[in-house]
Amino acid sequence: MNRFLIPLGIFLVLAVFLAVGLKLDPREVPSPLIDKPAPSFRLALLQDPGKTLAPGDLKGKVWILNVWASWCVPCLQEHPLLVDLSKQRVVPIYGLNYKDGRDNALKWLATHGNPYALSVMDADGRVSIDYGVYGVPETYVIDKDGVIRFKHIGPVTPKVLEEKILPLARQLQG
Amino acid sequence: MIAILLLALAMPAYANEAAPAADDPALEQRVTRLTAELRCLVCQNQSLADSHADLAIDLKNQVRSQMKAAKSDAEIRDYMVARYGDFVLYRPPLKASTVLLWVGPFAFVLIGFYVLVRFLRRRQVPEPQLTDAERARAAKLLE
Repeated sequence: MNRFLIPLGIFLVLAVFLAVGLKLDPREVPSPLIDKPAPSFRLALLQDPGKTLAPGDLKGKVWILNVWASWCVPCLQEHPLLVDLSKQRVVPIYGLNYKDGRDNALKWLATHGNPYALSVMDADGRVSIDYGVYGVPETYVIDKDGVIRFKHIGPVTPKVLEEKILPLARQLQG
Repeated sequence: MIAILLLALAMPAYANEAAPAADDPALEQRVTRLTAELRCLVCQNQSLADSHADLAIDLKNQVRSQMKAAKSDAEIRDYMVARYGDFVLYRPPLKASTVLLWVGPFAFVLIGFYVLVRFLRRRQVPEPQLTDAERARAAKLLE
């Protein structure tokens, strides 16, 4: 009896481990920035290079920071969701335009819609490094005190938006 | 399709950022040594030193400029960990969340050794017990 039980037990343990492993996404690296103050920057606006924006300007409101680029294919996947979200006027989305050209970025927004309250240009990607960005798009929820409360890597899905981002934003606004 | 075209257009712009500073071989060697221990987050099974991903090149430049600014290897490592977590280190520090990573393999070896010993012990054939008559017969046969 033991002769069969032991291999069966080993098999079951392995199967459970592999099943869990299959569900994990190796790209989802836990960010050390959660519950830390959003790294500061002062960058020129995409639409109006003469003006700048810094996270400090947004103190007192809950906001979403979305890292995007016109050359970023997966950004298109989440884009309709963001446009939709911006129309609901629940929480403002600010865009961090990552290593992009101004003309390309503006053209992209004109074609696909502009969900951003404002977009700033991170042309050399230096600010994005401070935010630990490694795969555009990335999305952060930042609270009234300027603390990062949530980070999502890759395109935002309806599930993440409904189950994580929106409830968190409402709770933080509360 | 348009995005791919745009990407292709954007490529040459990035290419010149990778200019290796071959003017200082000692510095380059230090950059390579440190970045070989840092994981490229875009292509996770490559080190920063090996990777030619856009971000890896940016991070290598970052490492290089911080070294030029007289930062120590430990300071640069901390800079990376503050942004990307312990995951960037190919040799993560020993702490509560990484104990399994460090101890796991040894634990498996010990378990394997224990199972092996038990298995071998059980397989040992007990010495045959002979009666006196059988002993006498065996002795006669061996003569």
